[in-house]
Amino acid sequence: MDASFFTAAVVAGTPLLYAILGEVITEKAGNLNLGVEGMMLIGAVVGFKVALITQNPWLSLGGAMIAGGIAALIYALLTVSLRANQVVTGLTLTIFGTGFSSFMGKNLMGEVVPDNIKLAFADFPLPLLSHIPVLGQVFFNQGILVYGGYIATILAGLYLYNTQIGLNLRAVGENTAAADAAGIKVSLYKYIHIIIGGVLCGLAGAYLSLVYIPSWQENVTAGRGWIAVALVIFCKWNPYRVLVGAFLFGGLDIIGFRLQKYSFYISQYLIDMLPYLVTIIILIVVSARKSISGLPPANLGDSYFREER
Amino acid sequence: MKKLTIIFTLVLSLAIAFSSCGKKSPKSADGKEVVMGFIYVGPIGDGGWTYAHEQGRKYVEQETGIRTIFKESVPEGAEVKEVVRNMIDQGATIIAATSFGYMDYIEEIAKEYPNVKFIHCSGYKMGPNMGNYFGRIEQPRYLSGIVAGMKTKTNKIGYVAAFEIPEVIRGINAFTLGVRSVNPKAEVHVRWTHTWYDPAREKEAAKALLDEKCDVIAQHQDTAGPQQAAEERGVFSIGYNSDMSKMAPKAYMTAPIWNWGPYYVDQVKKVMAGTWKPESYWEGMNADIVRLAPLTKNAPDGAEAKVEEIKKKILAGTFNVFSGPIKDQKGKVRVPAGAVMSDEEQLSCNWFVEGVVGTIKGK
Repeated sequence: MDASFFTAAVVAGTPLLYAILGEVITEKAGNLNLGVEGMMLIGAVVGFKVALITQNPWLSLGGAMIAGGIAALIYALLTVSLRANQVVTGLTLTIFGTGFSSFMGKNLMGEVVPDNIKLAFADFPLPLLSHIPVLGQVFFNQGILVYGGYIATILAGLYLYNTQIGLNLRAVGENTAAADAAGIKVSLYKYIHIIIGGVLCGLAGAYLSLVYIPSWQENVTAGRGWIAVALVIFCKWNPYRVLVGAFLFGGLDIIGFRLQKYSFYISQYLIDMLPYLVTIIILIVVSARKSISGLPPANLGDSYFREER
Repeated sequence: MKKLTIIFTLVLSLAIAFSSCGKKSPKSADGKEVVMGFIYVGPIGDGGWTYAHEQGRKYVEQETGIRTIFKESVPEGAEVKEVVRNMIDQGATIIAATSFGYMDYIEEIAKEYPNVKFIHCSGYKMGPNMGNYFGRIEQPRYLSGIVAGMKTKTNKIGYVAAFEIPEVIRGINAFTLGVRSVNPKAEVHVRWTHTWYDPAREKEAAKALLDEKCDVIAQHQDTAGPQQAAEERGVFSIGYNSDMSKMAPKAYMTAPIWNWGPYYVDQVKKVMAGTWKPESYWEGMNADIVRLAPLTKNAPDGAEAKVEEIKKKILAGTFNVFSGPIKDQKGKVRVPAGAVMSDEEQLSCNWFVEGVVGTIKGK
């Protein structure tokens, strides 16, 4: 196993990274959004469409992020303002997103991302850092969106744990009523962070359709949105751990191909099960230990009624 | 004169009657409207397997004028029976189920609807109103192997393959025989993905092969993921299912492709004439159900001539892809010189020919 495997693992993990990060931020606000897969597909198709029309890499990324954000806004409207069931709304969003991307993508069949956009997202070795033996090749000889992923996780970590607003956000997720009593604008917090989550999921989808597979293929996510939802638990709602979770499972996803060279077989089905299996194990371990670390935000999934007690 | 007027009026009223029917399908011999239903395993935008069948459906509409209906992304489970019932409610009289995994369910439901005709792709079961069909894609695969064998410089060709089933193994064998017919030193390295449709994962399998110094990538997958991997690394590729030149313009050389249209039209015409009978259809390039896509400028010099030479022999019936001597990976002669692999042996093939690097699980 050489460095090329780890380089590929980082690439395979990057769409997961954005999606997990988006879901972590959403869940920190106390909302469980199962629409990740749908928002990714919406981002993928809108980003691709904008890429074809404008031929501009940044506009296409922007388009994908806005589209993901709008999808999340619909979810926020339903669950925060109208207090609809979060699980059902999220599932609906996934079904809607899948259909939306197929519908929008019908005449994109066979289209390819323009060359200048491919170039903008191509591997870009960072000066100095890329010369570090092995690590440089693996982490700092990548495309610009991979670097964006590192920065996004670190920023999210700093935001959640080192700022007042981040503290308020965590309060909203842990105990919405107390946060409300403390004068935090609960609905505003929820709206903003659900939308940020959607923006990141849209970006994850755009990474798949614009960078990973730079041509239009229907259902490009192939279930990665669900893996992201499961890995939020693996990452214990901690942005820094998202880096570990995303690259670890990005690597596990592709390790089978590298091992076949040595006639060593791992069943692909086993690998497909792993994210969920690990999630269950972690849930068991966490609840057995009865420690606070690794527990979900206490009010995750609950609709908040101010008058209710 | 009066007679003429009557005939004229009759013809005119008939014409009006027909045109007022709007998009009614032409009728079969027994006066029933012929409607064809297509059941697809993937989305029609996959650019591969389902896309090729969808082209066939459009060809049917264009050639026969009948109404067709289709349903995409139908899982290979009991749901397919619901889809069939739904299609029959919509008037379907002939149904094409285009994936192997539908076989048992189609067999069951065919008994429930004896008046509806069923054709099932790539399976082996038959019934009084159920036939099966497939194409000898191994023929153009062999030809694509010639192109790959002439192109490779490292003598290592990567092959991204879906599942360890005879259909795929047969394809790898035919491809490898084609490669070795022009380049006996070349090896074909196989990587299993266990997916038919996951663009990202199939690209990763190709990347793994490229990291092992393969310089031509072939595939038995329904997406263009492996093509993209070759394009990015500046090496070359052989596609599958449909022309993939647009998706990897600098890498793609050619592809074994499907051409289902003429077969579907033939089936519909038989239904309309009332002569349809269940059959087990397995034809090759001579029936034009399979083709080799035109070679692009990426193909090596001289490949065109060599491919044409063998193609002529295949069309004339003087050359069989699986004619002996064929050795397996261990060097044991499986098909002696002068003999040809029978259809049964091909359909149950579970071993690799010499020159393939890879293992079939459970062996």
